Amino acid sequence: MKRSRSQVLLCSGTGCVASGSGVVKKALEEELVNRGLQGEIEVVLTGCNGFCALGPVMVAYPEGIFYVQVKPEDIPHLVEEHFLKGRPVERLMYKEPIKEARIPLMRDINFFKHQRLITLKNRGLIDPEKIDEYIARDGYAALSKALTSMSPEEVIQEVKKSGLRGRGGGGFPTGRKWEEVRKYDRFPKYTICNGDEGDPGAFMDRSVLEADPHSVIEGMIISAYAIEAHQGFIYVRAEYPLAIKRLEIALSQARDYGLLGNDILYSGFDFDVDIYPGAGAFVCGESTALMYSLEGRRGMPRIKPPRSAEAGLWGQPTNLNNVETFANVPPIILNGADWFASIGTEGSKGTKVFALTGAINNVGLVEVPMGTTLRTLVFDIGGGIPHKRQFKAAQMGGPSGGCVPTELLDTEIDFDSLTQAGAMMGSGGVVIMDERTCMVDTAKFFTEFSVGESCGKCVPCREGLKVMLDKLTEIVDGLGKEGDIEFLEKLGRHIQNTSHCGLGQTAANPVLSTIRYFRDEYKTHIEEKRCSALVCTKLIKFRVNKEECKMCGLCFKACPVGAITWEKKHPAEIDQTKCTKCKSCIQVCTFKAIE
Amino acid sequence: MNIVYNRNKRKGGKMERVHYDEQADRFVVDLVKEDYAQLDEIVGRYCNKPGYLIPALKDAQSVFGFLPLEIQNYLSRGLRISPSHIYGVVTFYAFFTIVPRGQHVIRCCMGTACYVKGAAEIVRKVEDTLGIKVGETTKDLKFSLEVVRCVGACGLAPVIFIDDDVHGMLEPKKIENILAQY
Repeated sequence: MKRSRSQVLLCSGTGCVASGSGVVKKALEEELVNRGLQGEIEVVLTGCNGFCALGPVMVAYPEGIFYVQVKPEDIPHLVEEHFLKGRPVERLMYKEPIKEARIPLMRDINFFKHQRLITLKNRGLIDPEKIDEYIARDGYAALSKALTSMSPEEVIQEVKKSGLRGRGGGGFPTGRKWEEVRKYDRFPKYTICNGDEGDPGAFMDRSVLEADPHSVIEGMIISAYAIEAHQGFIYVRAEYPLAIKRLEIALSQARDYGLLGNDILYSGFDFDVDIYPGAGAFVCGESTALMYSLEGRRGMPRIKPPRSAEAGLWGQPTNLNNVETFANVPPIILNGADWFASIGTEGSKGTKVFALTGAINNVGLVEVPMGTTLRTLVFDIGGGIPHKRQFKAAQMGGPSGGCVPTELLDTEIDFDSLTQAGAMMGSGGVVIMDERTCMVDTAKFFTEFSVGESCGKCVPCREGLKVMLDKLTEIVDGLGKEGDIEFLEKLGRHIQNTSHCGLGQTAANPVLSTIRYFRDEYKTHIEEKRCSALVCTKLIKFRVNKEECKMCGLCFKACPVGAITWEKKHPAEIDQTKCTKCKSCIQVCTFKAIE
Repeated sequence: MNIVYNRNKRKGGKMERVHYDEQADRFVVDLVKEDYAQLDEIVGRYCNKPGYLIPALKDAQSVFGFLPLEIQNYLSRGLRISPSHIYGVVTFYAFFTIVPRGQHVIRCCMGTACYVKGAAEIVRKVEDTLGIKVGETTKDLKFSLEVVRCVGACGLAPVIFIDDDVHGMLEPKKIENILAQY
């Protein structure tokens, strides 16, 4: 095999592609040819590195220098300095947000330092379109161990002992689920991978599928062996075309290598996987709804029992796990249950991938051991809140989850502690909100989402959420009355208790949790008709507070309709007849002088 | 580059057979032989695979960009699935539409991260600039506007997609320039 002096690992996840890693790659390859380095330096496209906010990112090995926000213009300079003269380019290194120091090595950056990678162990290191690179990193070793030296019962015991819980949201023990499916003597059985990641703010499943599709496939084959299924499906959102493409490549490579199809690794076990692209329905992330969708029907959940382990797809025993859950299986089989169980907390073992987004410096994908505190996640890994603003809350678990306030920053994150806090692990989306986020508006946003995505089958979810949304709309429009908060709480509990499926039962969480922790904010909206975060347009007066105004004129320049008059050394004034309430002035005002 | 290609496709292309029927109050399409051939091919691909209605509808939607009753009924006969079942599936999933889309589809992300970073104002700006509401198509069939749930590009929030191009880290004032590129 030809060996190169140095490798450049360029991220080609969706985030980096969107910020231009394609052009960078072309520029880099051209420049290498120009300099006659094409044989010496190899450019490898990897899956998502996780540091999406600073894309496109690249790592130059063997030194391991981490470059961020690389533009095509930077390439000639970079190639000359780094690859010809061997001098790293400081200008393109990561800048620490607080001390503003440049950090050359990936492992020294806070964002990476506190992470522990199991699910994402191959991220940014292998080319996801080449099976050999996966195999070189112990890929499919777990499969061969399971097929050649373990019985299906032993596989299930191992997974059970590891304490792995479903990463899709519910947190059901994976081993127990497999055992349940195995118990039934009806064939064919199916194993399904749930890649219908619909929570707004969550993108870890997509990232795993794009960066390391083989780990999911390997996990699926092991699960199929354990439950004696011979057909598997991967249900992926149609919005993830790159994930679908990489899965297709991975599946066909696995078939070529005899890792899928008949007589896998000469063990006599047959199994194959099909990809089924979804068609855009949030509710299809619910297990029974997803199976109906796979049958070509409307994806509406049904009442359980019977559980899908007994009667799932086409009425047959079916195992359904999340993408991340499957990706955790190969390391467990390979390294043993005890190793996995040694990581994490009492009730939640292993690690969890979180998608850190919103008002935070280091937006991206992180994997931490269960039991890491929210504070570490937000301030150490996330690098804190930008523009010196205050942390207000972390929304966890998407539309089924809730908001965790500042007081609970030291909560150790696991399945149970989050449920106690009124939030939920969900699929792992963490949206950070600063003081400029209005909690009532946030609750309204999630309720709007749930109203739009409710399948309409049962009344509490379909009608109850609608009433809830109407009430919230009244409050943000300044029409709130006394007693509204109590009404919302009562209605929320009804929806929780009487909806059919998991989505309905949790759809009131955003409202209930914001009332629980930010009751005062609801009160100021209702009683004082005031929105302190200046989000709810109808509650803003659009008036300049003359004491706060520093007469800088920024609002004057920002106003698109010329409603603001300002002269040097005079506070600005807003002409109410011209004002369109677009909030441009509020966005630019650094002194919060507009009320 | 692809803009020119799209324009040519529309001129004298099959989209000219799409028109609005006042009486039926919906968009209809006059199917001709070549369309039937295309649909037959889709039916042939999926008729022996139970459960593959959604992929079949997806392929069928790519023929005209939408799924009028004419196409639904034709598939119903081919796949031996009742028209009501097909209509139910088409109206359930966000991916399917019974209204034709414009030449360029604008999809604005309204996921949490984008919302927190001002996606609502981006949508309003696009609406004002084009003079249409979410879910509508401009009269000249040039742009359609849709709101989508999180597209997973939260690091670039707020984002919009125009066809397959991603535009990220937007501000309302950038919108007009972006639209002018199409």
